[in-house]
Amino acid sequence: MVAMSKIATGNGHGENSPYFDGWKAYETNPFHPTERPEGVIQMGLAENQLCFNLIKNWLIKHPEASLCTPQGVDKFKETALFQDYHGMPEFRQAVAKFMGKVRGDRVKFDPDRIVMSGGATGAHEMVAFCLADPGEAFLVPTPYYPGFDRDLKWRTGVELVPVDCESCNNFKITRNALEAAYVKAQEANLRVKGLLITNPSNPLGTILDRDTLKSMVRFINDKNIHLIGDEIYAATVFMEPEFVSISEIIEEEDVECNRDLIHIVYSLSKDMGFPGFRVGIVYSYNDSVVSCARKMSSFGLVSSQTQHLIASMLSDDEFVDNFITESKELLFKRHKYFTWSLSQVGIGCLKGNSGLFIWMDLRKLLKEKTFAAEMELWRVIINEVKLNVSPGSSFHCEEPGWFRVCFANMDDHTMKVALLRIRTFVLKNNEAMVPLKLCRPSSLKISLSRSLSRRMDDFMSPGIMSPHSPLPQSPLVRART
Amino acid sequence: MEFSTKNRQLLSRIATNDRHGENSPYFDGWKAYDSNPFHLIHNPDGVIQMGLAENPLCFDLIEKWIRENPDASICTAEGLDKFKDIAIYQDYHGLREFREAVAKFMGRVGGNRVTFDPNRIVMSGGATGANETVIFCLADPGDAFLVPSPYYAGFARDLRWRTGVEIVPVHCKSSNNFRITRAALEEAYEKAERSNINIKGVIITNPSNPLGTVLDKETLRSLVSFVTDKNIHLVSDEIYAATVFSSPRFISVAEVMQDMDCNRDLIHIVYSLSKDMGFPGFRVGIVYSFNDDVTNCARKMSSFGLVSSQTQFLLASMLSDDEFVGNFLRESSKRLAKRHHVFTKGLEEVGISTIKSNAGLFFWMDMRPLLKEQTTKAETELWRVIINEVKLNVSPGSSFQCSEPGWFRVCFANMDDKTVEVALDRIREFVLQGKEENNHEADKSQARAQRWRKQNLRLSFSSSRLYDESLMSPHLISPHSPLVRART
Repeated sequence: MVAMSKIATGNGHGENSPYFDGWKAYETNPFHPTERPEGVIQMGLAENQLCFNLIKNWLIKHPEASLCTPQGVDKFKETALFQDYHGMPEFRQAVAKFMGKVRGDRVKFDPDRIVMSGGATGAHEMVAFCLADPGEAFLVPTPYYPGFDRDLKWRTGVELVPVDCESCNNFKITRNALEAAYVKAQEANLRVKGLLITNPSNPLGTILDRDTLKSMVRFINDKNIHLIGDEIYAATVFMEPEFVSISEIIEEEDVECNRDLIHIVYSLSKDMGFPGFRVGIVYSYNDSVVSCARKMSSFGLVSSQTQHLIASMLSDDEFVDNFITESKELLFKRHKYFTWSLSQVGIGCLKGNSGLFIWMDLRKLLKEKTFAAEMELWRVIINEVKLNVSPGSSFHCEEPGWFRVCFANMDDHTMKVALLRIRTFVLKNNEAMVPLKLCRPSSLKISLSRSLSRRMDDFMSPGIMSPHSPLPQSPLVRART
Repeated sequence: MEFSTKNRQLLSRIATNDRHGENSPYFDGWKAYDSNPFHLIHNPDGVIQMGLAENPLCFDLIEKWIRENPDASICTAEGLDKFKDIAIYQDYHGLREFREAVAKFMGRVGGNRVTFDPNRIVMSGGATGANETVIFCLADPGDAFLVPSPYYAGFARDLRWRTGVEIVPVHCKSSNNFRITRAALEEAYEKAERSNINIKGVIITNPSNPLGTVLDKETLRSLVSFVTDKNIHLVSDEIYAATVFSSPRFISVAEVMQDMDCNRDLIHIVYSLSKDMGFPGFRVGIVYSFNDDVTNCARKMSSFGLVSSQTQFLLASMLSDDEFVGNFLRESSKRLAKRHHVFTKGLEEVGISTIKSNAGLFFWMDMRPLLKEQTTKAETELWRVIINEVKLNVSPGSSFQCSEPGWFRVCFANMDDKTVEVALDRIREFVLQGKEENNHEADKSQARAQRWRKQNLRLSFSSSRLYDESLMSPHLISPHSPLVRART
């Protein structure tokens, strides 16, 4: 028997969870519009695939952004040799500017505080290593991204304490809930070092309002603990209300805040749709943390080839402004069509304005209000409806019956198929449901298909629908979902 | 960095300790360079950077290949249709073509005596990330690894900082050319165990940084049998494998395992393209383990430092071009051999010897005859003179935990030919000056120098061919410091 570390032999990587059954189902039978039309549709992957045409058009016009074109190759050597953990100045400047634009230029970011990491995955782990010792804890409002269990805890030894949020007030993060969680941590002899929020929220697809943000800043200042704002979905806010970043809140006059406690995690994986490029950013207002994180970034720097490309792309103001606007537009349309279609069969979602997913309410389809029932329903959705969606319990949601459904990682045709399957399934289960307010069940079937085709034009994104890539992928292998 | 009491409480122990290694006095050399970097035309009296193990000698070949292969990029007209698929590809297994190309490359670098399995190729954030990942897989906080010295200064951070694991050096001596003996390993192991230090493995660097030498078959077999006996791990950092420019050839631990009775679950290789290809910026680190559990675990951990899919795509294309790879490896060896020869010959002319080496991007220079006394203090003094007066940033042996004072690592590949001449001139001047100033010591130092020469420490080069083709055009040396180097 060969000895490995405790970290290696434990379950901290999180992949032995039953939730990966959905992924396995997809992997063994992935949907393809022509080759496998009965396959499982991937709706568990929070990817932003809507704007690649814009990006490709820009690349054609800017060959110098690549090290491999005749126009760019004279930069190849110096870039290939560049391993400075400060990162290329142009890259940092471009990212800082982009972060500002995504926040409507209401706040400026300092390029010297931009620190690289191996995606947001690496950024979170790095921040945990900087702020907490093994055995210490972060508070995290539920429901939250399942990857946090690995990113924040696995190799760091840090604990996560959930802050309960409930649907009855739209999962708002209340001061009471924060205090309760803090007390609970203390009772478990866990020293709380910080509060981690995701804004816009994964999986909710909502943003935090100003009052909640201020309340949180007050809370962490009172307790002298850190506030880490994961803002990787910032540019996916596609409708009102407007996104408010922590970076804006701390500038407000009525907010007293020790800036040494404030840190932002950012990435280009969601906002730009570049998860493969591993562009993670740690932005801290604490100089010691910037300095420490920068040293740690050696373990996960952004490839200089990618820094070069991103520096070029994101310093093109016109392109960036246009991209942000277009992306929102396409997300808005997709989201609207999705939620409208679901509402036609009486399926509600949490009212959201951001993210690449909806938080779908299937509570009335549960046999009983238990997580066992949720899992049962989930297995039906995977195996019979053939959609890989993510059950709320995988996000540590306190209430059974919620599901996260991603809508931006597929083309229009696939989306149609997915919606049709949902509607078919719901109609089959009509008896189990609360009667619809909108239509009588008997007329529902007929009117649905007609309204579907009529409305589709309103919501479809223009351009050719490309078949969804059949690359078999699972979140077991996703750096981040 | 000074931490206020408040900050100490606010931040982690890891954030406030020194184990990142950057508060070391050795960075004075870097600071001297940063504030006064040499430039052939603009700053001819500046400090010449000889502390950076970079390999920029073959970029002409690479650039030619790039021009001829536009489909290797996702940004060219020829490659653009791949952009989306690659940009969204975040699978921690890595692109299959990338893994296959890297496995094939590793095989070629080892003289095709071993076939590497693409399914064991796991990505990491450079070799820096690879070494840390391996430690996280194999050891718990408080455990230790044996590391033969002298060893790469960055190990202090990579192996220890966030992992909480310790390094127990196995001191190797110049009297037998810093060979790693079984006796030394056993002694270090026993001593550690007696002090209740739990040894989990051995880490070797082959070819060696800083020595520039390769391990012979016997030593490798001895290492494999040692770890098998003790049931501990062997991690072989082989990132300089393709920098071997003359015989004896590189032998990977993978090759030695093939005809030995050993426990394969104990053997792991760390690889990278930073030295062999000259691509430190691309952060291509590889963990290759013969242990399935370690491979699986390292793969999950690779999420913290995957190789950019854009870079995977480029390298998959480049490294699967057999003709290019063959030519590159040959040329790289030639050019390194030539550069090595020019330097060591130049040093020999003024009586400075180096350890006999055939690999790496540096040589291990013997300055013991110039020390006032055989102490680390005297070495540091000499080092400061070399930086401040001779104006060369070289790395003192103590920064590599060398147990004998007086050795210096000098990088020779990271500069153009003209700068090489300037550096050699400065060294010659310094040595000759030293001889003049110490006339009354002249006989003593000559006798010393002769003694050293007799003890198998003759510098020599075994490259039998000299190459006349001109190397490269002078390039602007950009201000870099190892404070910021991911790896030096």
